[in-house]
Amino acid sequence: METKKTNPGSADAPALRAVLPNNARPLQVIRESNAISKLSFLIFGLGNLINMQIIRGLLLLAIEVGYIAYMVSFGAAAMGNFLTLGTKVQEEVWNEAHGVFEYIPGDNSMLCMLYGVITIVLTAIVIAVAYMSMKSAYCTQKRKERGMPIPTFKDDLHSLLEENIHGLLMAFPSFGILAFTVIPLIFMILIAFTSYDRDHQPPGNLFGWVGLSNFAQLFTNGSKLAATFWPVLGWTLIWAVCATFSNFILGMLLALLINRKDTRAKGFWRFVFVLSIAVPQFVTLLSMRTIFNTNGPVNILLRLAGLIGATDSVPFFTNATYAKITIICINMWIGIPYTMLSTTGILQNIPGELYEAARIDGANPPTIFRKITLPYMLFVMTPNLITSFTGNINNFNVIFLLSGGGPDSLDYYFAGKTDLLITWLYRLTITQKDYNIGSVIGIMTFIVLAVTALLTYHQTGAYKDEGAFQ
Amino acid sequence: MKQRKMISNVLCHVLLAVLGFIWVLPIFYVILTSFRAEGGSYKSYIWPKGFTVDNYVNLFNATNSMIDFKRWFLNTLIIAIISTIIAAFFTICVAYCMSRLRFRLRKPFMNLAMILGMFPGFMSMIAVYYILKGLGFLETGLLKQFALVLVYSGGAGLGFYIAKGFLDTIPKAIDEAAYIDGATKWQTLIHVTLPLSKPIITYTLLTAFMGPWVDYIFAKVIMGQDTQFYTIAIGLWTMLEKEYVEYFYTQFYAGCVMISIPIAILFTMTQKYYVEGVSGAVKG
Repeated sequence: METKKTNPGSADAPALRAVLPNNARPLQVIRESNAISKLSFLIFGLGNLINMQIIRGLLLLAIEVGYIAYMVSFGAAAMGNFLTLGTKVQEEVWNEAHGVFEYIPGDNSMLCMLYGVITIVLTAIVIAVAYMSMKSAYCTQKRKERGMPIPTFKDDLHSLLEENIHGLLMAFPSFGILAFTVIPLIFMILIAFTSYDRDHQPPGNLFGWVGLSNFAQLFTNGSKLAATFWPVLGWTLIWAVCATFSNFILGMLLALLINRKDTRAKGFWRFVFVLSIAVPQFVTLLSMRTIFNTNGPVNILLRLAGLIGATDSVPFFTNATYAKITIICINMWIGIPYTMLSTTGILQNIPGELYEAARIDGANPPTIFRKITLPYMLFVMTPNLITSFTGNINNFNVIFLLSGGGPDSLDYYFAGKTDLLITWLYRLTITQKDYNIGSVIGIMTFIVLAVTALLTYHQTGAYKDEGAFQ
Repeated sequence: MKQRKMISNVLCHVLLAVLGFIWVLPIFYVILTSFRAEGGSYKSYIWPKGFTVDNYVNLFNATNSMIDFKRWFLNTLIIAIISTIIAAFFTICVAYCMSRLRFRLRKPFMNLAMILGMFPGFMSMIAVYYILKGLGFLETGLLKQFALVLVYSGGAGLGFYIAKGFLDTIPKAIDEAAYIDGATKWQTLIHVTLPLSKPIITYTLLTAFMGPWVDYIFAKVIMGQDTQFYTIAIGLWTMLEKEYVEYFYTQFYAGCVMISIPIAILFTMTQKYYVEGVSGAVKG
C-alpha cells in the first residue's frame, strides 16, 4: 500500500539504510545474525554484555528476569485460569456459631479473564523485547565487523533525542492507548465468546467460554435477538444516512443563501446560526427534550393556537414514527449550522469563472447548483462526510439524551424503536448486564463502520496524498 | 427583470428571518425559563408570570444534598484541568511523530488508530469500568474521579489527526535547515516546531478542556449513584429526573445558561485557533 518516496535529503534514503545496521529489516537481522546474536533472542542482552555494553545488556536481562519471575509466581496460573475462566463457584456456608451465611470466595471469571489478557499482552511485549535484544546484539555485531564505534549507554540515551526520538515521544501515549483502549477492547471482544450475561455475574457465579453461540443466536431466524437486531440495524443506517445528508445538503444551501451577493448583513445571519453551535450539545439536547415533552412549550403553543385540543399533545417522543422524525429534525437544528460554518470557506473557493461561464450558457440557478456547486462540494467534503456518517452511526448523545431510545417495544429484546446499535449496547450492558450480547453488538457495529469506512476512505485524496503540502 | 430580482431578494431575506427565528427560539426559551419566578416544571403557558434571579442564586446555595451545582462545577473543573494537560501532551507527541518523523511503525500505528477509532468508544469504556472495579479502583469517590481523568486522557494519543494535519503544513525545509545548523531532532522540536504550532496547541488544549464539560456517558458510567462526585453534565441530567424535576426545572435552565456561557467563549476561541491552524503555520 505504502509507496516508498525516495527523498535524497532525508535520513531514510536507501544508501544510508544499507550502512546503518539499525535500519535492517527483521528478515535481514535473522539471516545475518551470528550465534551470539541469535542466542540473544533467548538470553536478553547477551550480545550487548559480551561487547561491554553493560547497562544496556543488564536492562534487557532485567526485563527477562522480571517476566520469568512474573510468569512463575502469577502468570502461568493466570493463563490456566484464563482457559477455564474459573472452576470454583462462590459458596454459601451456614455458620452455626454466628448464625449467618458466610461466603467462601470462589473464582472470579472476570478477573481470570482480565489477568489472562494482561498476561498475553505482557508476553507479546516480551517477545518484542526479545527481538529488540537480538537486533541490538546484531547491530553491535555488525558495527564490530565494520570497525565502527560501539555506542556506549550515554550514546544510547542521546539517541533518544536524535534518531530514536519517536521512541521517547511515543512511549507514554502508546502506554495510555494500550492500557485504556487496546486491552479493554480485547477484553470486551473476548466477552462476546463467553456466557457473561445477567445469570452469570461474578463474583457470585462463573461464566465460561461458549464459542460462537452468541453470534449464532443473533443470526437465528425467529429468535427475539434477531428480531431486534435487524430492525435496530436498519434504523441505525436510515438514521445515519438521513442525519448526514440532511445536514450536508441543507447546511450547504443555508451557506449559499447567506453568501448570495445580494444578501444583506451576512455577519449577522451567520452569528444567529452559529449561536446554536456555541451552546454545549448536551444542553441543547436536554432542553430540546423538555421543549418537545408532552407538556412542553411546543405542545402548549399548538394548544394555544388551537391546532390540537386543550388536553391533547403531539406524541413527539412517544410514537415511534413521530419520534424518529422529531429526532432527525432536532439533529438538523444542531447540525446545519456546523455544515454552514465549514462549507462557507470552501464555497468561496469555487472559481467564479465556472459560474460566469454557466450563466452565459444560460443555466438557471438549480442547474448551476447541481452541475457545479454540488459536485465540487462532494469532491472536497467526502472525507468529512465519511467521518460524520460513522460519527452518526455512533451518535449516542442525540438518541440517548432526546428519546432514550424510546418508545420501548415489547417485540424487541430490551430496545426501543429509536434505539441505535450504540444505545442498545448501552442498555444491554449498563441496564441489563447482558455483557456477552452487548459485546456482540459492539463487534457488529465495528463491522458496519469498518465496511463503510474502508470502502470509501482509501479512495480519498487526503489519504493517498498526505504529504502533498510538505 | 429588476422587479423579479427584488422579489427573490425579499423572499430570501424572509426565509433567512424565519430560519433564524427557528434557530434562536429554543435558546431564547432556555434563557427565558431560567429567569422564571414560578417554580414547578411544565406550565400551560410560555411567557413567565414573573421574573427572578433566584434560580441562579439558588444554584450556588445548595438546598438539597443531592443537587450541588457548585460542587459539580468544581469537580468538573479539576477533572478537566488535569485531563487536559495529560491529553494534550499525548496528542501533540503522537501528532508530531506521525507528521514530522518517519519510522517503521508509523504506518502500522496510523492504521491501528483508524481501526481502534471504529469500535464504539464506550465498548472499551465499559471494559475499563469493570477492569477498574475488578481491581478495586472504584471504592471511593476520589478514586472514581481519578479513574475518570484516566479515561478522558488515557487514549488521547489516538486523536492526533487534526494536530497532525496542522503539523503537515509546516514545510519540511524548516526542519532540515535546523538539522544543517547542527540541531538535534529534540532541539528542533522544542525550538522550531513547537513555537510554530501555537495555534494548534491552543486548539488541542481547548478541545481537551471542553471534553469533560460536555461528556455525559463516561461520567455517568463511572460515577453511578455518587451524586456528590458528579460532573456538570450528569448533574444537569439528574435535575430532570422525575424526583427532582418539579423543584429544579427552572434551576436546570439556569444551570444550562451558566455552563453555556464559558463553553461558548471557549468554543469561539477554538474556532479562531482552528481557522488559524487550518490556514497553515507559515505564511508564504
